[in-house]
Amino acid sequence: MDRAQTDQTIRSLIEPFNKKGIEIADSTTFAGDLEFDSLTVMDFVAAIEDEFDVIISMNQQAEIETYGQLVDAVHKMQADA
Amino acid sequence: MSEGISQPDRPQVREGDAPDLFSKFDDLIAMREGLLASGQEDPFNLVMEKVLSPTRAICNGRDTILLGTYNYMGMTFDPDVVAAGKQALADFGSGTTGSRVLNGTYQGHRECEDALREFYAMDHAMVFSTGYQANLGIISTIAGKGDYIVLDIDSHASIWDGCAMGKAEVVPFRHNDLDAMEKRLRRIPEDAGKLVVLEGVYSMLGDVAPLKEMVAIAKKYGAMVLVDEAHSMGFIGENGRGVCEEQGVIEDVDFIIGTFSKSVGTVGGFCVSNHPKFEIMRLVCRPYVFTASLPPSVVATAATSIRKLMHGGNKRAHLWENSRRLHAGLKDLGFELGTDEPQSAIVAVIMPDLAKGAAMWEALLKEGLYVNLARPPATPANMTLLRCSLCAEHSAEEVGTILGMFERAGKAVGII
Repeated sequence: MDRAQTDQTIRSLIEPFNKKGIEIADSTTFAGDLEFDSLTVMDFVAAIEDEFDVIISMNQQAEIETYGQLVDAVHKMQADA
Repeated sequence: MSEGISQPDRPQVREGDAPDLFSKFDDLIAMREGLLASGQEDPFNLVMEKVLSPTRAICNGRDTILLGTYNYMGMTFDPDVVAAGKQALADFGSGTTGSRVLNGTYQGHRECEDALREFYAMDHAMVFSTGYQANLGIISTIAGKGDYIVLDIDSHASIWDGCAMGKAEVVPFRHNDLDAMEKRLRRIPEDAGKLVVLEGVYSMLGDVAPLKEMVAIAKKYGAMVLVDEAHSMGFIGENGRGVCEEQGVIEDVDFIIGTFSKSVGTVGGFCVSNHPKFEIMRLVCRPYVFTASLPPSVVATAATSIRKLMHGGNKRAHLWENSRRLHAGLKDLGFELGTDEPQSAIVAVIMPDLAKGAAMWEALLKEGLYVNLARPPATPANMTLLRCSLCAEHSAEEVGTILGMFERAGKAVGII
C-alpha cells in the first residue's frame, strides 16, 4: 500500500469522528482543529489499529499531532511490517 | 536520601516576557470561580470539624451522614484497632523518620506484612506509604522501556502515573472490553515483556471487571497480570481477597495491589505476590526506597484491622444488604445509576450535568448527607457523578434516611 492509499483509508476512518466536518489536510491537528478528547482518540486509534493490524502505543501517539504525521506513521509501520 | 538538587528561591517578579507557568490552569480557575459565585458550597473544600463514628461527622457545622468515605468495613473506630495504634504510638513513637531500606523498618512493619501474607495466602507482601505509591512503584519498576503495558482506559490515576514513570509502551483498551484487550495483546511483538493492568472494582461507577476471562486472555499471550483490588478488599471473595478470588483466578494473578485507606481504615498501600524474585523490589523500587515509611501507629492499626477482616463475615453480609437496598431504593426513585445491579459497595448516581450535579451535592449536604462529587476529567465519558460508598456500619435505618434525603434533594433540584 503506498502513502496515498494509506491516506485514503485513514480519511474514511476519521469521518465518523469528524463531527464538525472539518476539512482534513496534512496540517490538521487532532487536539486543536478536530477537538478530539481522550476517549475519541482511543476509539479512533482502535479503528486504525484494527484496519491496518498495527499497534500505536500512547507513547507513539504523543509524537503525532497532525493528520499528516499520522498517515506517515501508519505508512511507515506497514512498510516495516 | 534525597536526590533533589538544592536550588535558590526563585524571584517572585519575573523578568522579560516569559509566560506565567500557572496560565495553563486559567480555564479551571475560571470554572471553579463560576461555580462558587453561584453561592455553591465548595465541593472540594469540605472540612469535617468532628468525626463521630465511621458513618457520622460534623461537616461545615452540620451533623452529617457519611456516604462517601470508602470506609467500607467501618474499621476506623474499631476499639481493638484504635488500642493497637495507641500502644504503638506509646511504645515506638510518632514516626520512623526513615526509609524502609534504612532505619524505617520496625517490628510493626514486619507484622503488617505478615498479616497481609496470611490474609492473601501469598508468599510476599510489601507495604508502601500510600496506595498511590504502591501502583506507581510496582508498575514503573517492573515495566520499563521496551516493555508493553496493556490497561483499561478507566484505570486509576496512580496506574497511569506508574505507566508514565516507567516509560513502557502504553496501550489502553476500551473499558472492560475483552475483544479490544485481546486484539491489542495479539499485536504486541512476541518477544516483548508484557504487563496487563486491571482493577477488580472500578471506583467511578462501582462496576466489576470480568477478571476470569481477562486473566485467561492475558495468560494466553504470556503477559504478567497486576490487579488493583483497592475497592474490594475485605468483602468481595470468600476470604475478602477481592474480585480475582471471587471469580476464581487469584492463582493466575501475578501481583495484587491494595490499600489501607479503604476497608482497612487507615493509610498505606501494598503489593502481594508469589513471584519467586519479588523481594528484590525492595531495593529497586524508587517510590518504596526514597520515602519515609509509615508511622508505627499506622502499621499497628493496619495489621490489627487486616486480621479482624479475616473474620468479618457478619459485617460483610450487612454491607451487601446496605448496597442492595440503596441501589434498589435509588433506582425506584428514578435516579440513573452507574450499574444496573449492585456490583460492589459503590453506588454511582449519574447527574445530567456538572451544574445540576453540584446543586444536588449541595442540597444533599444541607440535608445532612455527604457523598463524593466526581466530575471530568476523573470520570469516564465526561460524566458528573454523585458517588456513594456504603459502610458496614450504616444501619438499615440510616439507609432509609439516606433514601429520604435523596428523594427531597432530587425533587428540589429537578432531577427526579
